[in-house]
This record gives sequence, C-alpha cells and structure tokens, in this order.
Amino acid sequence: MASRLELIDISKQYPGVRANDRVCLRVEPGEIHAVLGENGAGKSTLMKIVYGVTRPDAGELRWNGEPVQIRSPEHARSLGIAMVFQHFSLFESLSVAQNVWLGLERTSSLASVTARIDEVAQQYGLSIDASLPVHALSVGERQRVEILRALLTNPRLLILDEPTSVLTPQAVEKLFQTLRALSNAGCSILYISHKLDEIRALCQRCTVLRDGRVVGEVDVGSATTNAELSRLMIGREPPQLMHAERTAGKVALELCELNLPKLDAFGTSLADVSLRVREGEIVGVAGISGNGQKELFALLSGEANVPATGRVELFGTSMTETFPQQRRLLGLRCVPEERLGRATVPSLSLTYNALLTRSEAVHPSGFVDSNAVRRLARHLISAFSVKARSENSAKSLSGGNLQKFIMGREIDAAPKVLVIEQPTWGVDVGASAQIRGELLRLRDAGCALLVISEELSELFEIADYLVVMAGGRVSPRIARKDATALQIGEWMSGLWPGRQPSSEAHGVQHAPA
Amino acid sequence: MNLNELALLFAASINSGTPIALAALGLLINERSGVLNLGAEGLMLVAAVTGFATAVHTHSDFLALLAGVAAGAVLALFFALLVIYLNTNQYATGLALSLFGAGFSAFVGVPYASESLGERTQFTLPGLSKLPVLGPALFSFHPLVYLTVLLSLAFSWFLFRARSGLVLRAIGESPESAHALGYPVRRIRVSAVMAGGALCGLAGAYVSVVYTPLWIEGMIAGKGWIALALTAFATWRPARVLLGAYLFGGVTMLQLHLQGQGVNLPIQLLTALPYLATILVLVLISRNSAWIRSNMPAALGKPFHPGA
Amino acid sequence: MLRLEPRVEASRAMSVASPLIALLLTLVIAVLLFVALGKDPLQGLSMFFVEPLKSTRGLSELSIKTAPLLLIALGLCVCFRSNLWNIGAEGQFILGAIGASGVAIRATESSSGALLIVASLCGTLCGMAWAAVVAYLRSRYNANEILVSLMLVYVAEQLLSYVVSGPWKDPQGYNFPQTVTFLDAVRVPQLIEGTRANVGILLALGLVVVVWVFLFRTHAGYRLEVGGLSPLAARYAGFSQKSALWTALLLSGALAGLAGALEATGPVGQLTTHLPLGYGFGAIIVAFVGRLNPFGATLAAVLMSLLYIGGEMSQSRLGLPKSLTYVFQGLLLFLLLACDTFTTHRLRFGKPRVALRSPPGQAAPPPGSEEGVP
Repeated sequence: MASRLELIDISKQYPGVRANDRVCLRVEPGEIHAVLGENGAGKSTLMKIVYGVTRPDAGELRWNGEPVQIRSPEHARSLGIAMVFQHFSLFESLSVAQNVWLGLERTSSLASVTARIDEVAQQYGLSIDASLPVHALSVGERQRVEILRALLTNPRLLILDEPTSVLTPQAVEKLFQTLRALSNAGCSILYISHKLDEIRALCQRCTVLRDGRVVGEVDVGSATTNAELSRLMIGREPPQLMHAERTAGKVALELCELNLPKLDAFGTSLADVSLRVREGEIVGVAGISGNGQKELFALLSGEANVPATGRVELFGTSMTETFPQQRRLLGLRCVPEERLGRATVPSLSLTYNALLTRSEAVHPSGFVDSNAVRRLARHLISAFSVKARSENSAKSLSGGNLQKFIMGREIDAAPKVLVIEQPTWGVDVGASAQIRGELLRLRDAGCALLVISEELSELFEIADYLVVMAGGRVSPRIARKDATALQIGEWMSGLWPGRQPSSEAHGVQHAPA
Repeated sequence: MNLNELALLFAASINSGTPIALAALGLLINERSGVLNLGAEGLMLVAAVTGFATAVHTHSDFLALLAGVAAGAVLALFFALLVIYLNTNQYATGLALSLFGAGFSAFVGVPYASESLGERTQFTLPGLSKLPVLGPALFSFHPLVYLTVLLSLAFSWFLFRARSGLVLRAIGESPESAHALGYPVRRIRVSAVMAGGALCGLAGAYVSVVYTPLWIEGMIAGKGWIALALTAFATWRPARVLLGAYLFGGVTMLQLHLQGQGVNLPIQLLTALPYLATILVLVLISRNSAWIRSNMPAALGKPFHPGA
Repeated sequence: MLRLEPRVEASRAMSVASPLIALLLTLVIAVLLFVALGKDPLQGLSMFFVEPLKSTRGLSELSIKTAPLLLIALGLCVCFRSNLWNIGAEGQFILGAIGASGVAIRATESSSGALLIVASLCGTLCGMAWAAVVAYLRSRYNANEILVSLMLVYVAEQLLSYVVSGPWKDPQGYNFPQTVTFLDAVRVPQLIEGTRANVGILLALGLVVVVWVFLFRTHAGYRLEVGGLSPLAARYAGFSQKSALWTALLLSGALAGLAGALEATGPVGQLTTHLPLGYGFGAIIVAFVGRLNPFGATLAAVLMSLLYIGGEMSQSRLGLPKSLTYVFQGLLLFLLLACDTFTTHRLRFGKPRVALRSPPGQAAPPPGSEEGVP
C-alpha cells in the first residue's frame, strides 16, 4: 500500500540559509510520525511546504502514492491535510462554534457545524461548550478548539506543531489519548516537537532534522534512548553545566502574603503569595503560563499599576511603593519575557537600548552623555559575546543575541536580586547554554535569582529550589534534588500539600484523566 | 412648547442627526475591519461639494447623492491603498485625507458659493404624514432618513448573523489569524473602507443637497469628527450609532431652539454646545478603558503585514 | 509581480530623500493642475517658489508666516514623537492670540515695552491651559486626544467670536467683530525697516535649538521618545506615561499659544475672527515633512510658507482661488506618507512569499526568537 505522505529530496533555500536540504520523509497510513529538531533545524519550513504555505525549490511530494503540488492551504485541506499551529488562529470575541465555522469552507450552516462539533468532540473525548466565547477559555481548551477545527475537515493527515508547550503533563496525556484514537481510525499524524520524552511516549517513528538535513530516521518504539535522540538532534554531547554546591546567604527577596487583583480583564489575580529567595541561590518558578507568572513579574519589577496588599521586601526594606528605577538602585533588576517592545525598543539602536535601564550616563542636570552610553553598549556587547554592533537596532538581532544583550545590560549592573522570565525561549542551544551559564555564574557570585520558566527541564538544570505557580498561588518550595517531574506536574494542578485542588488553575483537566 | 412643536423638534433632530448617523455607520464598517479612517471629515467635504455641483448641473437630487457616494468611495479607495497595501500610518494618512479634503473642497467649491438649488421637494408618506403629531414627527422625512434606519438594521444583522459579517469582525480582531485561515484580509479591508467612504460620501452630499442646500466652505463643520467619536460611543453597534446620532441631532436642534427663544446666553456658547457635548461623550465612554478594550475591534489602527 | 518587503533597518537615505521626492511629485501634479486650469504652469510655479524669494518684501512676508508655523510645528514634533496626536494646535493658537490680546488692549500711551512681554506670556499660558484640558481628559479619563483637541478648536473659534463681538469689541469699529488696533508699545518689534518682518522669526529659530537639545540630548526627551515608540518598554523602564503626556502637551500648547500671541501682536495688530489662518493644521504637515526633527521642521516651515504666499499671489495675479494652497499642502502630506513606505520597506520583484503568520497569539514565543526560518 502506498504511503500516506512521501517527501522526496525536498529542498528550500532562503537568502543566506538552506532551510531544507534534500529532505526525505515517509508517513504511513495511521502512523504517528515525529519530526524532531532544534529551533532553526528546518521543521517549520518543511511543514509550510506540506501545508501549502510555501513551495519547495526542488523535490517531489506524493500523496497516497500520487505526485502532487500543494498550491495553498485550501488545496492542502481539500486533499485531507489539516494543521494545528503552535500559535492559534482564534478570534476571542467569537464563540467556539463561530471560530470553527470560519475555519471551514463556506458550505455548511452554523447550526450544522455546531452539531458536528458536538459529535466529533464526543468521539474523541474533547469536551467543550461550543457556545462559549473563546476569550473565556483556558489555553488548553483553546487548543482543543483548534484540534476540533482540524478534525472537522476529516483529515487523513494531521500536523501538530509543538502542541504541548501550553499543557500540563496531565493535559498532555489527554491529548495523546485523542491522537492515538485518531491514528487507530486511520489518520496519519505528523508530530513536530523538540521534547524527547513525549516523542518516545507517543510516536512510532521519528525523523530527526539538523541544519536542514535529515540526520536520522529511527523506530522510536525500540531501544532508542533520549541520549541517542538528543545526540542526533544536536550533533554532539549536550553541554554540561557546572553546578557547584553553595551555601546560601541571608534572605534577599521576600514576598509575604501578597494579594494582587487582576491587572487586566484576561489576567490572573495573585492570592496569598509567599516566597523567599536567599543570596547565592536560584529559585525556579515552574508552571504553565497564565497562572499568575506575568503578574508576579510585574509586581516585582514595579510595572504593576494596581495596589497590592502584603509585603515585598528587599533585604528587609519594604518595596511595595517604589518605582522601577528605585528598585534598580536598590539592587533589584528584572528581565521580562518579551524582548522586543518591552525589554528593548525595537527600532532604537543597542546604544540607546542600553540607556533604558542604566542611568550612569545621565547627568544630574538631565543631560545624556551619549559617548558614555555608547561606551557602555560596546562594553556589554563584548563582555557578553553579542554578535552585533552598537548602532544596530534591537530588532535586527537574533533572539539569542538580543537576549544576551538584555541580560548583559542587567547583569553588568551587579544586581543583588535578579528576576528573569523565560530566559531561553526561542534561543538556540549554544546561546541557551551561555545564558544558563551566566545565571549560574551570577548565583555563585552571591546574587539571589528568581527564574520563571515553563521549561521544566531548564529549571531542573539550574535551580536550587523549585516552587510551582497555579491559579495565582505559589506552592511551598522544594529542593531540586528532592523533586520529580511527575510531582511538579501534579503541583501544577494546584495539588501541593496543604492546598485544595484549585479550580482556577489554567490548562488543567478537571475530570480524572 | 406644545405637542406639535415637540413633534417638529423631534423630526428636526432626526434630520440633523441623519448625516452623522450615515457617516458613523460607514465608519463602523470601516473600523470593524480594523481600519481607522480619520479622514471622514475630508471625505464628507469633498462629497458635499461634488454632490452640490452635480445638483447644480443636472438638477437631479438623485444623481447628486450618487455623485457624493462615488466621490467618497474613490477617495476612500485611495486612502485604503495607502494604508492597507503600503502600510502607511493610519492616523497620519487619515489626517492627510482630512486636510486635503478640506482644501480640495474649498478650491473646487469656489464657483458654487453663491449658487442655489431651487425649490426643495417636501417628502411625505402619503396619508400617514397627515396624522396629527405623529405625521410631522415620523412620516415626513426625506427617503434617505428611512434608508438610514434600514441600513442600521441591515448592518446589525450583517455583523452578528451573516457569515461574511463574522469574517469582517474576525479580520478586525486578528487579521493575522484570518490570514492564516486563508481569508483575503487586505481585499476585504479595502472593500470595507470603500463602503465606509461611500456612506460618508452619502452623508456629505445629504448635507449640501438636502439638508442645507447650498455650498459653504467647511460646511460639514466637524460632523465627520463627531461621527468618529460616535462610533466609539456606540461601542461599534449599529443600533446604538443611530440612537447616538439622533441625540446629537437633538442637541444641535435644542441650541438652535434656545437661540430662537432669545435665551440669555451668548450665541457662541450655544453654537459650541454640540462640540462640548462630544467631549463629554468621549469622557464618559473612555473612563473605563477595560470596557472599551473588550468592545473595540482589537486590531483597530494597527498595520497588517501578511508576509511578516 | 511587485512586492513590499520590510527592511531590517530603516533606510536613512530614504528618510532624507522621501520629503524631497514627495515635493517633486507635488510639483509635477501642480504643473498638471495649472495646465488643466488653463494657466501657464511655469508662471504658476514661479508664483509659489520664486516670486516670494525675489524681494526683501517677499522674504519678510515669508518670515512672518514661517515663525508661527515653525513654533507650532516644534511643539507638534515633541507631541508626535511621544505618540500624542495634538491635532488641535489651532485651538491653542487661537487661545494664545486671545490671551495676548486681552493684555494688549489695555495698553495706554504710557505703557512700556514690558507689556508686550506680559502679553506674550499671557498668550503662552492660555495656549498651555487649552492644551492642559486635553492632557487632563486624557490622563484622568483616557479620552482620545485627537477628538478632544479637535473639538476644542471649534470651541476656541466660538470663544474668539464671542470676545471680539462682545466684551472686547472696538467701540469705534463700526460694529465689526474686532478689537482696537494695538498700540505700538505692544507690537512685536520690527526686524527690517519698512517691512512687516519682526523678531518673532528670531525667537522661533532660537527655540528650534532649544527643542532639538531637549529631544536629543536630555533624558526627558529620551523618555518621551521611548514612550512614543514602545509604551511597554517605557513602563518597564519606569518612565511615567502621565508625566510624558503632560510635558508634551503643555510644551506644545505653550508653543502654539506663543505663536498665536506673536501673530496677534505682530503682523495683524488686533484680534479679529479672521486671525486663525489654519497654521495649527499646516504645522501638522510641517512637522511630518520635517521628519519630526526641529531642523527639518525649519526647512519644511519655509516650504509651507512659500505655499501660503504662493496661494495669495496666484489669487491676486492669476485669479486662482487661495485654497489652492491647501490642495498642495494636503497633496504633499499624502505623497510624503506614500514615499515614507520606502523608508521601512523595499520594493521587490518576484513571486509573493506567503508565510505563516508570526506571533503574537496565545503561547507565542517572545519577539526576537529564532522560531523557524523566515
């Protein structure tokens, strides 16, 4: 029987980079096939080709054995290819049913689509109230809407792009059940991910991409280990980080019974948050985004514009009323998640972005010494291996370089406490390692760090202690060496000792899996 | 004031509010697609002079109104191409349109400044307009007034029930998502902007051809801007737009009435009333920024890059 | 097929060239317009661009138009850079004229020159106050500054009409809506004998430098710029949005008020309903054509003045309506905006590259990530 999808020597060139280089891939009917690779390996480009968003420069595609040229996403959908993007195409002010309706071809009425949604949802265990507006849904529920929309097209091939970055471990398991049911019904699945555990749990075969080329095609079920897959993906041993044991110093940052109302309509309120970070230790805050991390960060950086109750203390001094500039003078510095538009001004040069949070070059009279600012920027660039010039605008830098510059700007100011959100999201392996190394170096120098991250593996790598945020609340701390991924996953549902299961936690299945 | 006078005041309010309603309905379609057109005032001025000139030359009100619609649509197309395909700043381009429209209409209108359009037809619904009180209040309007009401109803249905209306709202909320789903976002936006421009044009021509049949430089006197404020005030819902427009008409008529009564207030204060009322309205609706944000088309005023 | 591709870095060359190209295109259209109107295009163009520069009198007329345009535009540069759309500068200009006139009409034969300073200060403060209304409503109630400031223009016009028709009307003025002609003591000192040119232009040029230093050399100017470019980055840095709002609007109102004061006590010499000439709106174009830069605005203000005077000249000498000026002004701005696209985008030939949309959306990686290849 012919393969469902076959890619033969697919190549795609962009200016300056070979995105796909003679890629061959074969997916059988009903097979769950993983596409594994780092950021920049060429996975996205390949999927764009399969979904008709872009055309290959060379090579052939075969659908059910027949050569085919996929002209557009509509054409792909008519063939039976459906895709669930990593970034949802949903309209918040419209209902679930309306959103799905818009994603389908013009043929059916809203009523019939609603009926079919209920049908398909039942079939695959994706319960959802189709009349709810999307803005009322959690992230996990929104993904369900995306999947439903894809399923309603009766696909023969379903492509999922990094679907689990927004899900708790329990929700991931639910998703896998749905996918297995689909595969049993004969639908092939292309599962794009860089998460090794998931691929081994779900997929049958795996194509590994590196630098645009296929470097391996493995049967996942057999004795393949994570290490082998990782080596294929990265091409060498993953960099080891030095993790020296340290005795922590005095309490640098303390949050005590903090309550903060929602900062905007779609946010989360913080309730009863207590947290402590000592000098020379890294406390990692785990949790799915949407559980109060943004609010916690805004509270610490001074960006929150709503009054909070409770105490925030820096070395014993209360900080609840102070502005960001004062906090920086006191030694508290923050690196937010959004690099362009928040940590930096995209169209300004690195020189003038250095001035954003560093005021050494500002005269008491209010004048700016532009030579001094330029010197500062150049110093940051060389000290933190940023591959750019000080005149370059922030938006012209790659993610990794920009993150290094931003972190450099804050670290160079010798903070006593550093709060950082998603330090290595969207950054390549090399730069990620450098960044994590910097964080550890800072810790060793006696700084207190609070690292908020969705990547549990990252926290396990660098944190000394872990806490979990769920539904605007913070769990008690646990030493890294005593914690397991499964336990943290449970805590993400709010199920830590001393708490009732939280119904406010986002991205969580309420019914037992 | 007796009932008959009240009825006349009511009718006058509706009349006065109609051009604002038409313009605001047009802007509503515009803004629902995510495009902010600050050039409404300029569009209305150009349409007004175009309509008036057409009326002078053809003696046909219908052709004059049509000319106004065409003028509005053409200028709006020009605006749309700049803002949607060249991604120019929506605020600046809209302002440019207003400035240009003011200048262009003044320039073109010079020979028509002293023209008049002759006897205006009195439109009445046969039979119904003879009813006491209700007749002059509800049934003696120019057809365009009834058309405005119908348009408002049609737009309500369109935006909240029709699939194409849903698509429009989706584009106004997240053009990127609509694009990913395969909708021709830019083409739909251009259509929406042109439709909006056409209605602004109709409103402008109505003012110069029907409402005060003459041409004076700058005669729109800020109705375009008021319509912009009104769209936001009405949280982008057609029925509320209508209501708000008639309320404005009421304020305008009230101050004229007060002037006529010889009330002891400076004329200038009364003339300034509609503008002050607009400021008040803006303050009232903007106070709760969260509420505005949850009702506003999320992508309003932001540029869209399909290839980004 | 033609495509527009965003540039990584804005092109500085295009940034300077774009106003020039826009001007060139405007001239081309002007020529076509003259021909269509049955006038000699060369004569028409010379009315606008050559005649005013040929004589001392022409240059002096140029200077008295440039001064108010430039003053207002300086304030608008500051506002627009802060992403505050103070479209109602015309209203602040009117209030400035009213404020100055209120002092000026009280001059007597024995008044000293100091009264002029008081009048100018009063005008400046009135303009500031009018802008403060906009700032307050935006700061406290989040009311959109475009619509509020614009509505206030209409109100200002009514206020002007009221004062010159009522309390300040010249009793010997044949009942025209105007005040008495101001005495010499409160007139702006002349610059060149026999012409209307006054020291206002020197004041304006001086303020060009002051505003430039403010915008580009002070931290306050930096804070305004960041607030205008990225409000979230400004919040992260701790820059107060309210403070930026008030600073920009009060400065802009003050400059527009000063311009109004100078206009009333300078070339016009009295307060009438004909005083507002639309400089507040023309200054918007000056600010844009000048790239929101004080020195650029200087050149643009001269250009705009040429257009104003040219309009007056073509009316008297060619019989063309004065409003032709406004057509050219609007056209210039349009063409500038269109040309500006090429500062941030590049023209490319070839098939369109349809791409998956990029974030933001739910769970989107932060901008600046390396997700996928372009």
